Amino acid sequence: MTTLPTIRHHLNDALLMGYAAGHLSEAFGLVVATHVTMCDDCRARLESYEALGGAVIEAEDETAVSTDALARMMARLEVPVVSASPKAPRKTSLPSPVSAYVGGDLDAVKWRALGGGVRQAILPTGPKATVRLLHIPAGQAVPDHGHRGMELTLVLRGAFRDATDRFGPGDLEIADEDLAHKPVAEVGEDCICLAATDAPLRFAGFMPRLLQPLFRI
Amino acid sequence: MLGKGSQRVALDETDWSGLMLAVRDGRDRAAFASLFRHFAPRLKSYLMKSGASAPKAEDCVQDVMATVWHKAAQFDPERAAVSTWVYTIARNRMIDMLRRERRPEPEAMPWDEDSEPDQADVYAAAEDSRLLSAALADLPEKQRSLIQRAFYGDLSHSEIALETGLPLGTIKSRIRLALDRLRAKMTES
Repeated sequence: MTTLPTIRHHLNDALLMGYAAGHLSEAFGLVVATHVTMCDDCRARLESYEALGGAVIEAEDETAVSTDALARMMARLEVPVVSASPKAPRKTSLPSPVSAYVGGDLDAVKWRALGGGVRQAILPTGPKATVRLLHIPAGQAVPDHGHRGMELTLVLRGAFRDATDRFGPGDLEIADEDLAHKPVAEVGEDCICLAATDAPLRFAGFMPRLLQPLFRI
Repeated sequence: MLGKGSQRVALDETDWSGLMLAVRDGRDRAAFASLFRHFAPRLKSYLMKSGASAPKAEDCVQDVMATVWHKAAQFDPERAAVSTWVYTIARNRMIDMLRRERRPEPEAMPWDEDSEPDQADVYAAAEDSRLLSAALADLPEKQRSLIQRAFYGDLSHSEIALETGLPLGTIKSRIRLALDRLRAKMTES
């Protein structure tokens, strides 16, 4: 993955801290890991939060471990471990954290139509939040929607615009309840996004609302 | 390089990076035991405050320190202090144990493993860690406890303090520089 120097919309400190501390939902964690794969700045910021985790460990009180803990530990070192040699990730056009969930490259994504030419594929994660791939044809809009919780939208390819700004490859939009937005893919190239939500979206129109349970959006 | 029989020098008990390199390059069991004595009781506290029972925390400490021994080859003192590396292993083990979810990880950076470590970077990583620990200790109790609670998972997303009052920016610029250099090298080759 080459880093993209043009990224203008980054992770915020709360998300970086949450990821570094290991307390983000799996779905949000996937968006963070993918942005960090694409963005050296946020990788550096994440590593400094992880260094803070190291400082927290250093500052810990000492809770006595059982008296035989060290002896058990040293005995355990004798037992050889068979570790699978790490596979070099296959080169894919998707960032590797995403292709790990898709189980391959873009051609392996199982898209489902969402109306208006927009397609989605929900990726399998734990239940606390949902993450999906969105394919928005060039020039098309995702139905107007608001959020009850937080929505993260990371552009993997192409670009979209909404009332707030333009978002290109690697850019992350962090939307909360206050933002009702209508992302429109730029003309010229289809837009592929990774989007995570921690609560169902709220669509403005009546029909999309009816379809919502069907599409799990 | 440290380690390897007669070349071994007496190591300072608090030179965690030196001890870790002796484990990595010399499979030094005495150095490992020193690391265990230092980190195990602290890891146990961290794990229990994060919600693990005492027996579970104890098991987890054993797993984490076993990983430190077996994956020692992955320790890179140019990139991170020992405490940072141990912390990420403990965090990952805790997620695997308590949450049973997959753990999305960024694509690993292809750090140049063949080249000799740059001593200035090794020093800087250790110095960052020392400064950060000192800064954390100097914070008012209330603010320090907020940061600790963020790591234990006691804070909601919106409660997480955005202003840590810690010199994280300095560390970030150093890491960013290292990344830039690495990218430049990768483009050349």
